[in-house]
Amino acid sequence: MGRKLLLEHINVPGINTFDVYRQKGGYRAVEKALKMTPDEVVEEVKKSGLRGRGGAGFPTGMKWSFLAKPEGVARYLVCNADESEPGTFKDRFLMTHIPHALIEGMIVSSFALGAKTSYIYVRGEMMPQIRILERAIAEAKNAGFLGKNILGSGYDLELYVQPGGGAYICGEETALLESLEGKRGNPRIKPPFPAIAGLYGCPTVVNNVESIAATVPIINDGGDEYAKIGIGRSTGTKLISASGNLVKPGVYEIELGLSVEEFLYSDEYCGGIANGKRLKATVAGGSSVPVLPANLSLKLANGEPRLMSYESLSEGGFATGTMMGSGGFIAFDEDQCIVRNTWNFSRFYHHESCGQCSPCREGTGWMEKVLHRLEYGHGKMSDIDLLVDVSKKIEGNTICPLGDAAAWPVASAIRHFRDEFEWHVKEPVKALETNYGLANYAEPIKKVEVTS
Amino acid sequence: MLKVEQQQPVEFSPALIQKFDEITGRYPEGKQKSALLPILHEVQAEFGWLSVPAMDKVALYLDIQDIEVYEVASFYSMYFLKPQGKYVLEVCRTGPCCLVGAEKLMTHIESSLGVKENEVTPDGLFSWRGVECLAACGFGPVLQIGPEYTFYENLNAEKVDELIADLRKK
Ligand SMILES: Cc1cc2nc3c(=O)[nH]c(=O)nc-3n(C[C@H](O)[C@H](O)[C@H](O)COP(=O)(O)O)c2cc1C
Ligand code: SF4
Ligand code: FES
Repeated sequence: MGRKLLLEHINVPGINTFDVYRQKGGYRAVEKALKMTPDEVVEEVKKSGLRGRGGAGFPTGMKWSFLAKPEGVARYLVCNADESEPGTFKDRFLMTHIPHALIEGMIVSSFALGAKTSYIYVRGEMMPQIRILERAIAEAKNAGFLGKNILGSGYDLELYVQPGGGAYICGEETALLESLEGKRGNPRIKPPFPAIAGLYGCPTVVNNVESIAATVPIINDGGDEYAKIGIGRSTGTKLISASGNLVKPGVYEIELGLSVEEFLYSDEYCGGIANGKRLKATVAGGSSVPVLPANLSLKLANGEPRLMSYESLSEGGFATGTMMGSGGFIAFDEDQCIVRNTWNFSRFYHHESCGQCSPCREGTGWMEKVLHRLEYGHGKMSDIDLLVDVSKKIEGNTICPLGDAAAWPVASAIRHFRDEFEWHVKEPVKALETNYGLANYAEPIKKVEVTS
Repeated sequence: MLKVEQQQPVEFSPALIQKFDEITGRYPEGKQKSALLPILHEVQAEFGWLSVPAMDKVALYLDIQDIEVYEVASFYSMYFLKPQGKYVLEVCRTGPCCLVGAEKLMTHIESSLGVKENEVTPDGLFSWRGVECLAACGFGPVLQIGPEYTFYENLNAEKVDELIADLRKK
């Protein structure tokens, strides 16, 4: 059994309430942190090696140390609970079942950063989770963990939940800040970075739900202890959202460094591919990261096992690797059509582009259109290279990374599944009725034994 | 396009205004525009959609320009700028849910309700639409129904028909 730091008490009845959470050792991290100096708290987070769980994997402690601290200017912590990356549903899960883990982490993190007002920006569709968080905040406040002079420490903190309006782009941190200011979610040009000029032009840190919740075990056990878990620069545990054609889809907490094979096939985690089918492909880190055929999902190009870590998932660069991203692990069985899924993802990015930069606004539209005609039997052979060309023209040429996120899935699908795209052109009628199948994308994969 | 007779003047009840006041209190002095998104959710929950007179009233309340409200209301996918069915079934149409049958489910909803995407049933009770990933991909197919955004997971044709029947009886 891997160690659980965030989901340890997930099955305890009533763990969503303050009392039960407290009985299980909750809010000890607040008590401990308030006896430390803010800088000492930052130091522990630095030592932990925690990397941002929202997608980019930037070291959290380092991000915190960049925060500007001019005299007399407010500083803000904003939690990114926009969670809209297809394949990712861990934050919703955590907020639904253990809301106090986030509230406790918000108090610890706000104290470390010297924020006196903090916001949790939750995507508007998560209205039930917004209610859950508001209740949790009221409970924590009642118990003296929020508001004025928390536990007699002299530290004041107000915590508010802000709903979004339904827009993937508001997960991008500067778009999120625009949205929190009551505007359209158009990403800002950086620099200045939020650490210098963020919410209302004040120094601001934006962190993912899971990153903030992870500060609780880090403060409780110490950064060094946290850093002992995991592998190399991928320290600690990570919540993985597993979806697609799996026996047991769901949210799993893993120790970073677990093998992809064990994660996919062992009964402790996903339990293998549903309906006795075989694995065709995976998207390891949410829809934005490159798709990999089954063989490269499980093994590196040199034949060694691929691990669930930032380094191992990206091993081989874009030629043979992918990325950890937000930890949204999507499994495709042998009956799934790569062209159709790529079209579906392109439609998503086209729909979600904020429209500020022409390469993204126009390019995502073109990719959707061309993929649609390939999927529906009107494609030409030249469309395949056209897609590669369009994706290259978007990549790196936009204000925010949504452009890249739209380009990578298309480029990687063609890189690894080109014969399937060509088959759609050669056999348009057949492609509508059936699918290309497993081809040479998978090796015979056996079910692995549980290792614990 | 919006019909003129739908653009009736609206009144905000004292209870609603009180909610606005509470929301506006969450932000620093002078930053009340931050309340715009949450307030629009409240207005939509009350009236079912955002009419121009309602948006203008919000602008007046927040002391911002009308256009600042329109541009926000039209940017975000949750705000309705036209009247909808009493229950809007919003089905996730994104990749992971499609791997487990979301497309078939949408076809089924279309035939069960007898209306196309974004159309309202003649009794005014239902409309439906595909929406993008709802962060529940491991429990797909999923749909949500506002204004409380109640969630229904692991759906199939029978479960959706039951849901529709239950809502009809309400
Ligand atoms: C298009 C786009 C969407 C994003 N969506 C999210 C999101 O839903 N949640 C999230 O935490 N980060 C998201 N991010 C990453 C954020 O910009 C930011 O890096 C992150 O919130 C920082 O938190 P972390 O350092 O704790 O990971 C997104 C980025 C982009 C470009
Ligand atoms: S890359 Fe796309 S989403 Fe990002 S700012 Fe440009 S147009 Fe908007
Ligand atoms: S793809 Fe449907 S909830 Fe994520």
